[in-house]
Amino acid sequence: MKTYFLFFVFLIGSIFAQGQESPIPSANVKSLNGKSFDTAQFNNDGKPMIINFWATWCSPCKKELNNIADLYADWVEETGVKLIAVSIDDARSQSRVLPYVNGSSWDYEVYIDENQDFKRAMGVNNVPHTFLVDGSGNIVYSHNNYAPGDEEELYKKILSLSNL
Amino acid sequence: MKQLLLSLLFLLATSLGMAQDDFQVRGNFSVEGQYYQEDSAISAVVPDEQIALQGFGNIILTKGKFETGVRFETYVPAFVGYPAGAAWEGTGLGYRYAKYNGEKIEITVGNFYEQFGSGLILRTWEDRGLGVDYALDGIRVVARPFDGVTVKGLYGKQRFNFDDGLQNGDGIVRGADVEFHLNQLLDSVVDFKGQWFIGGSFVSKYEENRSSTFDFPENVGAGSVRLRYQRGGFQFSGEYAHISQNPTKMNSQIVNIPDTLSPSTGIFQFGQALQATTSYSQRGFGVSFTASSLANMAFQSQRGADAFDSWINYLPPTSVLQTTLLAQFYPYATQPNGETSFRSDLFYTIPKKSLLGGKYGTKIALSYTHVQAPDFPTVEGLDVNRKGIEPNLFTWGDDTYYADFNAKITKKFSKKFKASLFYMNIQYDNDVILGAYDYENVASPGKVYADLIAFEGDIKLKKGHNFRFELQALFTDQHLQDWFAVVTEYTISPHWFFSAINQYNFGNADGDKFNFPVVSAGYIDGGNRLSFSYGRQRAGVFCVGGVCRVVPASNGLTVTLTSSF
Repeated sequence: MKTYFLFFVFLIGSIFAQGQESPIPSANVKSLNGKSFDTAQFNNDGKPMIINFWATWCSPCKKELNNIADLYADWVEETGVKLIAVSIDDARSQSRVLPYVNGSSWDYEVYIDENQDFKRAMGVNNVPHTFLVDGSGNIVYSHNNYAPGDEEELYKKILSLSNL
Repeated sequence: MKQLLLSLLFLLATSLGMAQDDFQVRGNFSVEGQYYQEDSAISAVVPDEQIALQGFGNIILTKGKFETGVRFETYVPAFVGYPAGAAWEGTGLGYRYAKYNGEKIEITVGNFYEQFGSGLILRTWEDRGLGVDYALDGIRVVARPFDGVTVKGLYGKQRFNFDDGLQNGDGIVRGADVEFHLNQLLDSVVDFKGQWFIGGSFVSKYEENRSSTFDFPENVGAGSVRLRYQRGGFQFSGEYAHISQNPTKMNSQIVNIPDTLSPSTGIFQFGQALQATTSYSQRGFGVSFTASSLANMAFQSQRGADAFDSWINYLPPTSVLQTTLLAQFYPYATQPNGETSFRSDLFYTIPKKSLLGGKYGTKIALSYTHVQAPDFPTVEGLDVNRKGIEPNLFTWGDDTYYADFNAKITKKFSKKFKASLFYMNIQYDNDVILGAYDYENVASPGKVYADLIAFEGDIKLKKGHNFRFELQALFTDQHLQDWFAVVTEYTISPHWFFSAINQYNFGNADGDKFNFPVVSAGYIDGGNRLSFSYGRQRAGVFCVGGVCRVVPASNGLTVTLTSSF
């Protein structure tokens, strides 16, 4: 009984919360040169941002970021969007992040969330998970998992933000 | 009753948050249910309840610099083989905290996760998928008094199990950490080339000695120092750690202690570790090299803790985590009692428009890992001093615990077709790692030598419709011998996915040649995901802290709902 009640509480809570636009929560991540960075400071001068959670061991994540990489130059040119790729690699695979990012010729801003503090703060269950942030810093859309073609859906959302 | 009240309170607070703009509510939840069917051929386990249901929900409320969060958890009961260590049962609060997030200081009271440096002496972490949660419960202060200095201090007990609520273990964990970013700190004095970071930590655990026979140290201390340097595409990071004399159930395995000397007591010896990694990369090319050695490094907040419980530190396997289906047969488990390991990785993109690069470029990834047994000199007089060994670093014993070489080539042929080829060679000492089990759930003796080859193709059929397939084969004369696997997946972006997988143990000359078919379907809507999967799951294995846990084979239906908001 108690269990059912709990889930009822969560269902109600989540349904209400989902309509909400909210700013990026504060957590400490590391940039690829080792500096601490407060995620609440993520910004793109009033233009939209994509925050993508990924890991070097996650193949759909790499597929998504590699597929977007082919389109990224056009996206940036057309909308000024910036992609922030947050790796949740821990001490096991962290040393592979920088070589992988460079080896793949990505032009993203990359951070490492080594003990998943930012992942927790953003309510991410599993990777990949993509968030779209509007020019005023509010999270307006999110998508869990990746299937080829999702990037087109994402781009539509970015365009709709840019036209405002 | 208390829980009910609490949840009501949170519902109230949540709706209040909705009404007031300056409150932020965020969180996520996950519910998984499994219906188990009998399937004696593969020793499928069916719990008495026949249905297992487990889930959790996090809610975080933020108002300005204040933040509070809770996690409700429920296991009625937990899945078979879940969690990794001590049991999680019933429903209640598993995690709660309040936090002040100031500019120069951050204070958390209640539960928290923390990592010092690379985690060699302290990392409390969670992985809800595996059933691992080492959260501390106490107080933590993080201060950033000047640019370039971070100081952390913490004090608390550690989560041990879950019984209608969070249950902490007996031990107390205290720690402090400081990190200097020299460039920021000495900005006006020195002109550095590259970025320099140095740091150090101290952690101590306290546990009462209840033994009348042994003089267990009640306070065990650990210290570490670390350095990190980065300039352009070059980076180096290294950490050295030392733990004072720490007899535990875990380190009792390092030497053969005769029965007359209470072998499960462990040895009264210090531990040490060194890890270093360096990498160089530029556009289209990256290499990295890692060396690591551990000697008597099990650091748990309870002396008698089992292999999955109460870990204060984190000792990651040097090998690369593989997600290819058949490669998951042989995961490596770090041996905290001692090992010497190396890994090197290479990533290269053959440029676009070159002969081999083609129109889109071709990606190549290579990796090699080698883990060797240590060769610790033995210390005579075990009955007098109980030291057993000298815990030296980078010693090279006779036995190779684990080695793997793997290579992957990925190529996009056209807008509609992309493919990859993966090869892996594995050498796996199952007498030490104990990760390979047969159909009766008995560990296979000896070493396993395996070759794996996998081909993956991605075909875009029309806008938003995509078909992906994998053909995998694993060849070995040991364990369950040869396997073949087919994975097919059809996705309709952005909402639907369907998949059918079969794993066939075709080469098992010693016995049965089983098929393991599974079909799944799912619906995704933004941050919500609902999926169903039905079929036969072969026994899975995952490894933490030197041991592997087997999730027994099962047959049945699994339903998963996850949401983030």
